[in-house]
Amino acid sequence: MTEFDLPAWASLPAGVLLIFGGLLVVIGSLGLLRMPNFYERMHPPTMGTTLGTGCVLIASMLVSSAVAGRPVLHELLITLFLVMTAPVSAITLMSAAITRTRARDASPRK
Amino acid sequence: MNAFFAFAVTFATLCVGTAMVLASIRLFRGPSAQDRVLAFDAFYVNGMLILLMQALRTGSPAYFDIALLIALFGFVGTFALGRFLLRREVIEP
Repeated sequence: MTEFDLPAWASLPAGVLLIFGGLLVVIGSLGLLRMPNFYERMHPPTMGTTLGTGCVLIASMLVSSAVAGRPVLHELLITLFLVMTAPVSAITLMSAAITRTRARDASPRK
Repeated sequence: MNAFFAFAVTFATLCVGTAMVLASIRLFRGPSAQDRVLAFDAFYVNGMLILLMQALRTGSPAYFDIALLIALFGFVGTFALGRFLLRREVIEP
């Protein structure tokens, strides 16, 4: 499956981080499906986005550094971008939900 | 030790695939529009993670640029949709 050879110092922590990150992502999306109302549904995908993606990106950084033979830090860009943008979209969606719920409750026909 | 790493990559890919299925169920079923936008947000992050798994599997560096582009344009899409739901306009005059 993997064509390249990995040293043990990279493949062991990368494998553990991948399993952990995959579990976090699936728990986050399960929470997105199972939580009862919108404001509770906001929380679980945040965990999947930041922690799960962070784990996978650190694992990817380890593996590509081991393959290239030098420190590769491209993945930090994706991590930085996701960490910076996740709160912005969360705030936008939350204020949209509050406005829409208020407008729906104020209008006479439901 | 490579067998363990291959198992970890396969396991994580299956996990993220399950997460994509769960997010798409919420995307189709979501009672309100903001639920659907939130599910879309989770959906593109999971798709980006699947691309990163593919990069780990093949060792090719080309996937990172695609993942970065998906993160960029996914955020722009989510922000535009949220802005539209908030004010009925994306770019205000």
